[in-house]
Amino acid sequence: MSLLEIEGVTLKFGGVTAVNNLSMKVEEGEVFALVGPNGAGKSTVFNLISRFYTPVSGSIKFDGHDLLQMSPHEVPSLGIARTFQNIELFHQATVLQNLLVGRHRHRKAGLVPQLLHLPSVRAEERAHREAVEEVIDFLDLQPYRDKMIAGLPYGVRKVVELGRALASKPRLLLLDEPASGLSVEETQNMRWWIDDIRRQMGITVLMVEHDMGLVGKVSDRVLALADGAKLAEGTPAEVQSHPAVIEAYLGTSAISKTADAKGART
Amino acid sequence: MRFHFKTTYDDDIRLFIDGWKLFLYGALLVLMLALPWMIDSFYLGEANNVLIWAVCGLGLMLLTGQTGQASLGHSAFMALGCYSCVLMMQAGVPFIIALPVAGVITGCIGALIAIPALKLHGVYLAIATLALAILADDIIVLLEPWTGGVSGIVPPDIVIFGYVVNRWGNPTEWYYMTLVVTLVVTLLYRNLLRAPLGRSFAAVRDSEISAQAMGVDVARTKTIAFGLSCAITGLGGALMGLFAGAFNNETFNFLLSIQLLMMIVVGGLGFIHGAFLGAIVIAFLPQLLSIVSDMMGSGVAIPGLESAVFGVILIVFILFEPMGLYGRWLKFRVFLELFPFARKDMFKRQKSYLKTERLR
Repeated sequence: MSLLEIEGVTLKFGGVTAVNNLSMKVEEGEVFALVGPNGAGKSTVFNLISRFYTPVSGSIKFDGHDLLQMSPHEVPSLGIARTFQNIELFHQATVLQNLLVGRHRHRKAGLVPQLLHLPSVRAEERAHREAVEEVIDFLDLQPYRDKMIAGLPYGVRKVVELGRALASKPRLLLLDEPASGLSVEETQNMRWWIDDIRRQMGITVLMVEHDMGLVGKVSDRVLALADGAKLAEGTPAEVQSHPAVIEAYLGTSAISKTADAKGART
Repeated sequence: MRFHFKTTYDDDIRLFIDGWKLFLYGALLVLMLALPWMIDSFYLGEANNVLIWAVCGLGLMLLTGQTGQASLGHSAFMALGCYSCVLMMQAGVPFIIALPVAGVITGCIGALIAIPALKLHGVYLAIATLALAILADDIIVLLEPWTGGVSGIVPPDIVIFGYVVNRWGNPTEWYYMTLVVTLVVTLLYRNLLRAPLGRSFAAVRDSEISAQAMGVDVARTKTIAFGLSCAITGLGGALMGLFAGAFNNETFNFLLSIQLLMMIVVGGLGFIHGAFLGAIVIAFLPQLLSIVSDMMGSGVAIPGLESAVFGVILIVFILFEPMGLYGRWLKFRVFLELFPFARKDMFKRQKSYLKTERLR
């Protein structure tokens, strides 16, 4: 059984079909990439998995649990963590506090023990902190630990958001454009991190990404979307050379034009 | 400038970051304890008033500063806390039980009222809660058999373990009682901030969508925030009514909640210190104004002067120092610590509003 199974999911906003009869399976331990032009419905798929949207038809199953039976805040408790395309961090809090919110699904203490700060609460806090420190070491966030998010540069925020998702120790990590707006160097780092997340931590990664260089290097399988429907699925090389994908990116006549140009040259 | 070399995780969990801070707050506590011997009973009463305002302010701060939900209905919860406490005292419940129970009652009712208001944001939530504050006035009049309506209630004397605490008879004891309540509330507040719940409050304030994505139940968190906030404000309201010595529907009218909101904005939204600094401003401003107008030689009080000055102060703070008095102090402290290397524009990028104040 696959870790994440999406079956025939359709989502409509009024007359617009954002996702059209999409089926996909993400296997445990792989890096799966969603690609496609702007407005293809990639982030919408993420929002469906996070249960921010409810599909008109179809089913979404995670490890045998029916996600459609759950409300958005229950999804992370199964071990699904995500990042956002436009970074959604807690701005008036420090990096450390942001990462600690990532531990939310592991909290145990009730209201009254928390108010009284009983020894059990302190022990729990120490354990959370230890888990967060592991993430800080992994992502080299030590210099920023006590810095407010509001004053941090974009590249660091991106890493903090990845860290917050990792702090929850997920089984499935949804990365919405992890490399958008990053420098070449930062993108390199992101690539190694994604590799390590899969290899060392054994976390399955589902990501949306436009940078085909990154997608080609880290992902095992790629699914290309256009207008909410599946265009092609396979290894990065297969998808990149798929005629339907080239057509969606470059336009209808692009293939024939390149063929013509080649013909003219020879 | 002091550097903190943290060696254990507890360095970030304990209440005081180092011995110096512990010493400062210890000194403050000693000063507060010694206050009755340092000032006369009039100013002791004013100090008492500051502490009561601070308790009410901490209640609203939890909701508005920490969770990002603006409320203009907190005068209703002050009234609820006050009436429930005094009614229990009249029924013979000892004060030491009646006060916390009044807090719990106010908290539960606050949480219940929060449930329908959960879907509202920003200014809409403020308007809905304002309606609540205005309603409370009428409800007090309607429930005349219990509340005494317009003629009000003169609460019985507070008796703690057979010891009578009367505002006029023994102001020192009254002051100590308020101080104890303030300390307990502040400690609980501080505990909350260093626990998972406090962080989920901040998460709801800064980004509901990503709070949800991290597993925070936004509706539940807001309900708890409302409940705790109303409970604390209820305690403050009870103290305020008892301290006033007599109260009716007018005592807790909706202007009180506006004052409360102004107080925490001027003090500094999101900081415990903010509630106290705001309380000092709001409690001493009327005295200051009357002293100033005395010096100006006009014996007559100018009607509405107090509200006008409050309004001007609020506008000045929102325009020039959205982080309030405490934010100003933090910047001044950095200036001193870095002297002479502090630069003028150092905080330019940080001039930001808490999400509470932004319209969505």
